[in-house]
Amino acid sequence: MASTATVAAPHAHAAAPHTETGVWSWITTVDHKRIGILYFFSSIFYFLVGGIEALFIRTQLIVPENNFISADTYNQMFTQHALTMIFLALMPLTAAFFNYIVPLQIGARDVAFPRLNALSYWVYFFGGLMLLFAAVTKMAPNVGWFAYAPITERQYNPGPNVDFYVLGLQIVGLSSILAGINFIVTILNMRAPGMRLMRMPIFTWMVLITQVLIVTAMAVFTIAITQLMFDRMFGTTFFDPARGGDPLVWQHLFWMFGHPEVYILIIPIFGIISEVIPTFSRKPLFGYNVMVFASVLIGWLGWGVWSHHMFAVGLGPIADAFFALSTMLIAIPTGIKIFNWIGTMWGGSIRFTTSMLYAVAFIAMFTLGGISGVMHSVAPSDLQQTDTYFVVAHIHYVFFGGTVLGLFSGIYYWFPKIFGRLLDEKLGKIHFVGTLAGMNLAFFPMHFLGMYGQPRRTFTYPGDLGWNWMNFLSTMGAYLMALSTLVLVWNVIRSLRKGAIAGDNPWGAATLEWSIPSPPPVYNFRDIPMVHSRMPLWEADANKEPGIPHGKVAEDVNSITVGGTQVGEIEYPDSESKMSAHDLGIHLPPPSYWPVILAFGILMTFGSLIFRNLDGALHNLWFLSVAGVLLVAVSIFKWAFEPGH
Amino acid sequence: MKSRAKSSGYSPWKPAFGLALLTLLAGCGEDHLKTYPQTTFAPASDFARELDWLFKYTLVLGVLVGLFVFALLGYIVWRFRYQPGHPEPEQVHGNARLELLWTFIPALILAAIAVPTVRSIFNTQREAPANALIVEVRGWQWWWEFRYAVNGGRDTVVTANEIHVPVGTPVQLRMTAGDVLHAFWVPQMGGKRDLIPNKVNTLMFTPEEPGVYLGQCGEFCGDSHALMKMRLVAHEGDGFQRWLQNESQPAPAPRDSAVMLGKQLVTKGACAGCHTLRYGAARDSATMGRTGPDLTHFGRRRTLAGGILENNAENLSKWLKNPPEVKPGSKMPNLNLKDEEIRYIVAYLQTLQ
Repeated sequence: MASTATVAAPHAHAAAPHTETGVWSWITTVDHKRIGILYFFSSIFYFLVGGIEALFIRTQLIVPENNFISADTYNQMFTQHALTMIFLALMPLTAAFFNYIVPLQIGARDVAFPRLNALSYWVYFFGGLMLLFAAVTKMAPNVGWFAYAPITERQYNPGPNVDFYVLGLQIVGLSSILAGINFIVTILNMRAPGMRLMRMPIFTWMVLITQVLIVTAMAVFTIAITQLMFDRMFGTTFFDPARGGDPLVWQHLFWMFGHPEVYILIIPIFGIISEVIPTFSRKPLFGYNVMVFASVLIGWLGWGVWSHHMFAVGLGPIADAFFALSTMLIAIPTGIKIFNWIGTMWGGSIRFTTSMLYAVAFIAMFTLGGISGVMHSVAPSDLQQTDTYFVVAHIHYVFFGGTVLGLFSGIYYWFPKIFGRLLDEKLGKIHFVGTLAGMNLAFFPMHFLGMYGQPRRTFTYPGDLGWNWMNFLSTMGAYLMALSTLVLVWNVIRSLRKGAIAGDNPWGAATLEWSIPSPPPVYNFRDIPMVHSRMPLWEADANKEPGIPHGKVAEDVNSITVGGTQVGEIEYPDSESKMSAHDLGIHLPPPSYWPVILAFGILMTFGSLIFRNLDGALHNLWFLSVAGVLLVAVSIFKWAFEPGH
Repeated sequence: MKSRAKSSGYSPWKPAFGLALLTLLAGCGEDHLKTYPQTTFAPASDFARELDWLFKYTLVLGVLVGLFVFALLGYIVWRFRYQPGHPEPEQVHGNARLELLWTFIPALILAAIAVPTVRSIFNTQREAPANALIVEVRGWQWWWEFRYAVNGGRDTVVTANEIHVPVGTPVQLRMTAGDVLHAFWVPQMGGKRDLIPNKVNTLMFTPEEPGVYLGQCGEFCGDSHALMKMRLVAHEGDGFQRWLQNESQPAPAPRDSAVMLGKQLVTKGACAGCHTLRYGAARDSATMGRTGPDLTHFGRRRTLAGGILENNAENLSKWLKNPPEVKPGSKMPNLNLKDEEIRYIVAYLQTLQ
């Protein structure tokens, strides 16, 4: 039982959050919070890289018949822009929040498999380096992120470009699958006592749904790119029509992954928004249950709509009708979510922090993306829009207006928890206005460009088709977005040193991560909290269960109470977790360098396969492949027998 | 068909601002076409008109929904902004009736979209009628091949980058690809359809207005995807038959010495390895190259190099000088022709009317 002294000063024990420092401690760390921070900075870096690639694209298109970059460079840039943004920037940025926030929200000390978590990060890190290397050496994939067969086959693409696609994404996908399994296990098994599934914070719920999608969708994609790898490297003919393969099989496999991927990128944002809006409206989320079920339904339906990317393929009227209708169905749970967010704000007391501004802008911009999405589901009409700039507009209203605005909201919201300091609100608002104006200037004219006949993925266009002024505006919007992103970067750098001290709960939020110091101590919770409600830091709860006074965690962690009366004691499986201080024996996983070495072995194995196919001195590097495989084997062996204490 | 499409503005959802928006989007008449010649908003076939109607119908519904959400959002952020001194808001957790309402109403709107969508899916993919003109289309990196059966199917007319069709007759395209994926797209005739190796896809439309329409490959197909364009020429009266009749003839014989030299270079030189040219009275006097466009009536075509350059002596010389420079990745290599040779070849090709 906690003493009154601890109630008065619940976090007096919180000393330095990280006892170790130095590069080596970051490389060997298995702490979910540090891994989250690694993901955070890596993905911000790749976000800037992806932005620069976008600027190459938009600068080439600023005037008709421009010679800024060549056709091949342009093709590499639009491919690499998508790959970088999807796999190296946005997914890892959501992963940064999964890593940092989820264990805190569910009252856990770490994820289920901390070393596996480190491995996920390092595999992603090396996979990202490989794709970055391809981009700067002008060997990047040049076939679009969709990489439709048969242009990916060796006879049309003899260079290493597509090999980078195949092997780079296998590495990055491996990282996602490992992380996905880790988080599913963590969320299902490591919730604090009392946190039933329907008491989970909504963000954690969305992470759970996302991870199920990642594990299943990435598996399909891995099959597809493995087949493509076999076509290119070992002479099979899965997708080669000249030798009996079927290029349409690639499209089906790709979109069976590619469509759920859209939800992999947007469902975590639903979670972020559903945390931010209640906090700054000072009202609980409107219709929590329905929000959960609607998201499960969106994830589920996401599997049944892949062929709406293929209306021009000629699948026949029955398939087209099925996929048109299933696609329209998704609009219903999505609409429910939008109206529930609006319902949350209704009657609230809305504080317009930068985070909240981004959340509200998300609702508006995502609605626009959703409307053009419904327009795409109208299969015959889509035949005029598919592969035009109308689709580019749509996807950017979903990915930028949806995912990126939502991630910005999350950054402003959780930055103080992660770094202990607030981001500057004035700079934040400059960033917000610039970003919102820039994105609409860049992407809104694209709807018109598409309907006026501009195809996407074209490096040039003649000047007499009426597209010039809209392309010019669009490019200006891209520059404006780039400038405002620099404001965010400056804000992050500046606030890390000079930002206002955040305190435990600067926003007065309701979930568990705000009950501990910012940044949290290495063991997160001194006492694993007992959870009685969905919003443990707010007094009232949906079911009128006893809440916890604002800003405090249950001190009496071991008691089970009903209506305020203690009826029993919790028995912990591990008696150590009752201990309240680090040096009193809270069990934390020790650092390990095997994850990074294993990840490097994977890079070596895959990377050497690419150079095997390059002309010149490096053409035969089989010994590197063998060394890579050996390194992987040794790492796994050593990892398995590494002491866990 | 026609009557329904004409009534596009008269959906039961006709609000004044919807129409205003359509006018803004669709522009009007000829001026609009001069400004945006590759527009989808000036349909010139039954197929394109049906898609246009569906698009505008969905757009009006979408805009209404969007305006509603935006207005609601705007009202809320203004009405419920934080004001000092206000009490904590009431802790409302949900409202089953409201949530059912905003499940049900979107479902109704979607049903209103679904019904015409499904009807249109089946309508635009129906069987070709017996009188339909069949054109075989083949996509290559980076040009279009069009084949017409003539003389009761015994002969074939082959042309490139310029498809000719009669107004008022249903046209069915039977399409496949020779190398990678492409997509046929002439916006004013209707939507895209992919060209896929080993698969024959069809697309059917009835041209309604004579004219020359711009088209463009719609599926990414490599370096010069942006430069894979075409013209669709819709003929009135017997124009199409006259064109087809002319195309089925062999190329006209040279009349002067420069042209004669040019013919020598084309039919006996490297060109013949890739290009077909029917130039004699006898059917066997022809070059048989298959990897490049048929050149038999090249001089009559409006454009060259996959529809990106106007067909004139200057452009043709530029093209022959170094094709990959004009068109990145071009399968026609730089043959290092001398200026003199280029002049003869140009002279000859221009006579191929």
